[in-house]
Amino acid sequence: MMEFLARLFGRVETETSRECARNRLRLVLVQDRATLSPHVMEQLKSELIEVISRYLDIDEGDMRVELDTSDASVALVASIPVKEIKRESAGAF
Amino acid sequence: MMSGTAIVVTSGKGGVGKTTAAANIGAGLAMSGPTVALVDADIGLRNLDLVLGLENRIVYDLVDVVEGACDVQKALVRHKHIDNLSLLPAAQSRDKTAVTPDQMKALTMTLRESFDFVILDCPAGIEQGFKNAISGADKAIVVTTPEMSAVRDADRIIGMLESEQIRDPWLIVNRIRPDMVKRHDMMNVDDLLDFLKVELLGVVPDDESIIVSTNRGVPAVMEEKSRAGRAFRDIAARILGNDVPIAAMLEPDDWLARFAKWLGISRG
Ligand SMILES: Nc1ncnc2c1ncn2[C@@H]1O[C@H](COP(=O)(O)OP(=O)(O)OP(=O)(O)O)[C@@H](O)[C@H]1O
Ligand SMILES: [Mg+2]
Repeated sequence: MMEFLARLFGRVETETSRECARNRLRLVLVQDRATLSPHVMEQLKSELIEVISRYLDIDEGDMRVELDTSDASVALVASIPVKEIKRESAGAF
Repeated sequence: MMSGTAIVVTSGKGGVGKTTAAANIGAGLAMSGPTVALVDADIGLRNLDLVLGLENRIVYDLVDVVEGACDVQKALVRHKHIDNLSLLPAAQSRDKTAVTPDQMKALTMTLRESFDFVILDCPAGIEQGFKNAISGADKAIVVTTPEMSAVRDADRIIGMLESEQIRDPWLIVNRIRPDMVKRHDMMNVDDLLDFLKVELLGVVPDDESIIVSTNRGVPAVMEEKSRAGRAFRDIAARILGNDVPIAAMLEPDDWLARFAKWLGISRG
């Protein structure tokens, strides 16, 4: 009955408040959850340094690694200053 | 000797029904046999005594015990009607910093030696009071309502419990309004489970009988007719390992349902 009335008055077309809450909550939780524990973050950093150092001479002190949540999605953003490109890594000729 | 199980009732957001749930679960468990200690860990905002109708019997409190001013057995207040249910009241004139997590852990350990269940009523928030309450717990019950802010806070709490090594918490969805769910004006239990991805322990309807029973100091589980009371009895049974279906509570309490009930037609 309620559903019939709702349809009659076109309420079904518009977003229900439940859907509205679900959609908003989905975005909020993506952002809230986008944190790594300090321990995991440190480990990620040190492993990044390990891998990248094989190819580039980097400045670890000024390195920044963080999760960016400014959009609806989450991105891992790393800024790693390069001091020198290792000779053996440089493009040949 | 087998040690009892310590369960913390927590939520993050305030006012979603932790104290109500703790009192009813404690009473519900005790009514089916096991010995239960209810611990009011909301230091400075004592409430559990009121819900249980024990406010006039308090002599010592949790802080007295922790500070060694009295023995824990002496501070425990026995319930008037349920012999195997006891309350360890919170201190009212102190604050959360009067106790450390290590002290709470030791206290919980002691209680587990003489009770089958230790149910801890956690304060709102994620600060020291929360850390104290969860420090000795084996298991957590997260209470939420079907509202965005409560769910968001529950999500946060679930993450924090995990990082404190309290895994696989149980969820209670409190204050569900089946009529609103039916109109799509309230998130339903499945929506919440989709977000929180934890095991559902029970669903408690929004029910006037909670207010009435709190006024009387008699937990709703003790009232045969209370719908919320029945939900809490089912929750206690599930904690005891019984397989009780959850669906029944989600039907709206409309006149038709009441009429059907009057006719003796069970909607199971
Ligand atoms: N299922 C319910 N139906 C109706 N009212 C309820 C229900 N559950 C809780 N309430 C009411 O909501 C209010 C808050 O409940 P309660 O004190 O248990 O929450 P809490 O999470 O312990 O709050 P706090 O964070 O302040 O400790 C009380 O007035 C209580 O009676
Ligand atoms: Mg409370």
